[in-house]
Amino acid sequence: MCGSDKKLGDLRALILVGGYGTRLRPLTLSRPKPLVEFANKPILMHQIEALVDAGVTEVILAVSYRAEDMEKELTEQVSKLGVSLTFSHETEPLGTAGPLALARELLCTSSEPFFVLNSDVICDFPFKDLAKFHRNHGKEGTIVVTKVEEPSKYGVVVYKENGEIESFVEKPQEFISNKINAGIYILNPSVLSRIELRPTSIEKEVFPFMAQDGQLYAMELQGFWMDVGQPKDFLTGMCLYLNSLRQKNSNKLHDGADVVGNVLIDPSATIGKGCRIGPNVTIGPDVVIEDGACIKRSTILRGACVRQHAWLDGCIVGWRSVVGRWVRMENCTVLGEDVIVKDELYVNGGQVLPHKSIALSVPEPQIIM
Amino acid sequence: MLKAVILIGGPQKGTRFRPLSLDTPKPLFPIAGLPLIQHHIAACANLEECKEILIIGSYPTSIMAQFVTDMQKEYRLIIRYLHEFMPLGTGGGLYHFRDQVRAGNPSAFFLLNGDVCADFPLKELWKFHEGKPNALVTIMGTEATRQQSVYYGCMVREMNTNAVTHYVEKPKSYVSTLINCGLYVCSLLVFQIMAEAFQRKQDSFYNGNGQGSPGYMSWEQDVLSPLAGTNKLYALQVTNWWSQVKTAGSAVYANRHYLELHQNKSSEALCKILPDVFIHPTAIVDSTAVIGPNVSIGAGVTIKAGVRIKESIILNNATVHEHSLVMYSVVGQDSTVGEWSRVEGTPSDPDPNKPFAKMDNTPLFNNDGRLNPSVTILGAGVTVPAERILLNSIVLPHKHLTRSYKNEIIL
Repeated sequence: MCGSDKKLGDLRALILVGGYGTRLRPLTLSRPKPLVEFANKPILMHQIEALVDAGVTEVILAVSYRAEDMEKELTEQVSKLGVSLTFSHETEPLGTAGPLALARELLCTSSEPFFVLNSDVICDFPFKDLAKFHRNHGKEGTIVVTKVEEPSKYGVVVYKENGEIESFVEKPQEFISNKINAGIYILNPSVLSRIELRPTSIEKEVFPFMAQDGQLYAMELQGFWMDVGQPKDFLTGMCLYLNSLRQKNSNKLHDGADVVGNVLIDPSATIGKGCRIGPNVTIGPDVVIEDGACIKRSTILRGACVRQHAWLDGCIVGWRSVVGRWVRMENCTVLGEDVIVKDELYVNGGQVLPHKSIALSVPEPQIIM
Repeated sequence: MLKAVILIGGPQKGTRFRPLSLDTPKPLFPIAGLPLIQHHIAACANLEECKEILIIGSYPTSIMAQFVTDMQKEYRLIIRYLHEFMPLGTGGGLYHFRDQVRAGNPSAFFLLNGDVCADFPLKELWKFHEGKPNALVTIMGTEATRQQSVYYGCMVREMNTNAVTHYVEKPKSYVSTLINCGLYVCSLLVFQIMAEAFQRKQDSFYNGNGQGSPGYMSWEQDVLSPLAGTNKLYALQVTNWWSQVKTAGSAVYANRHYLELHQNKSSEALCKILPDVFIHPTAIVDSTAVIGPNVSIGAGVTIKAGVRIKESIILNNATVHEHSLVMYSVVGQDSTVGEWSRVEGTPSDPDPNKPFAKMDNTPLFNNDGRLNPSVTILGAGVTVPAERILLNSIVLPHKHLTRSYKNEIIL
């Protein structure tokens, strides 16, 4: 069924990029979601770098939207890592399993298992451990599971002590377990025979059958996990990520008189005098923060400018946007690309579309077109 | 020789000015750097013929004593405070102290409501009054919109003679767009009319028919209304700026106009100034602050680095910390605004699209029971912590806030 022309030991990964990224609008109106910078690096790059670290040499991106934009940007960055990048275009959305069937040709070139991951996921990627765990039990598939506080929002995974999965329960109405599918799997190519080329849900139509056959195992994720597909979670994920950096590599984090807590600042950014940056702030390349600004729990994307004496808490400031002097922004305000917020305004939970200039305060959460 | 009488009421009046009036009597509230009635006094002092000013009110004398002394020193006039032993209405106090007014035989006297603000045209008023030998009282009037006129005293005037033929205080339906500004010139003979009214009220009272206490008289009901149509009451319509100070919002509005009128040069402040601004010489303002337009900063105030203040009044000894923003607000004396905080109100200015529109004195709450957006007020000694927002809220004195508030009254 599958040829084995490629040499054994070369791992592959399929990343489910999917569609329009509507939940991360207005940012995704300007850039495809996988390219939105999370902690100063496109989310996809966080994932690819971790995969490369675990021995992956080929990454397949299952996309249904704006593939050309991604191709241009990514191919160059990724080739530096010594990984090959292939695009698998869905002409219709194929759900969470269909893309695997679409990429069958590419995935079947080896009998080695391949990683699958959801492009919205950020965590302490456990690819090496996952591969080891998977080879150990020798069954068809392993899912990474993670503990969450509100499991009823997700699909809950029930498994034995040795990891063998017994069942999946989607959005349980009563507490069953607090472990959910983290959106990271490792699967043997034989799984592809279980998947048809049509819109298919892997959690509903593939995994339950694998579990019935005793072929599906769960591995618990250590450390933080977040689905950063929407602004609120994007910021929470950023805090978790910065915290994990603090626990490992604190020389990436910034320290200084004007810095409080975990802060990531690109070297090309400039920070004025008398500012207070942090805790939990990422500042991208070419960003200008003027004197007296206070920024907390926020992401400032490339080229943006925060002017004097502004105060930000829990915001995402889009590329090349300008936040005026004495502006107060809070409560998950998201500015799209190239937005101008005039001096002295108050923006509370505003979602502002790209290229918009706002001249009036937004005292209650609102979408500004 | 002329005199002036300024009516200032008492603590029972002017309750819409709370919480600011909880600490400072409204007549002494500083607007554009001067106590409210000092603007009246300055206008009177400008008129050479005016030799004495009598301030009548029911505030305890001790409250007014220092002010009167200060005014005496500043202006070369006799200035005295006459304390009403009990609230006697808008006319009773004047009648009660008639001998003080008549002493020295002035040819006329000005009668000024303490809570109006204006570009006082006293000389013009007096000349007009002198030109009307029959006039007992000349009222300064101004134009209002039809809808707003019913909140004031309305006058119907005969066009050629300017005699007032009809006067109604706050009519239930439209009478006239010419309204009473609360500024008058009176002849001494007006006391005759008042004596007759006083007598009638006394008789009523002791017959068991009257309401209110003896001595209580309303200038508008008991003097102006009856005088209308007798060719003894006249009105001079002016177009000068005029407004009342009833609420804190109107104080901010008046602040803007008085600043423009007087165009005080601020003391050599190092900070950036957007006119018009008044900064008391003892205030300390950091050079990186941006102040104005339309800001009054009182004595002993400290404004730290990177602060932005506009359209606001900062009372004595308040402190505004770094990077914060204050707009459309009154910051009470000895109050503190923490760093990076935002204190913001909503102005209630007259509708700029309607000619002659006046400030809307909207009620505190709307029909749904929610607070109408208004100027934000911090009473005396209030603390706003760092990094918070206070929007359209009213904070009573000596309250230490711990969080942000929007559209609330904080007791």
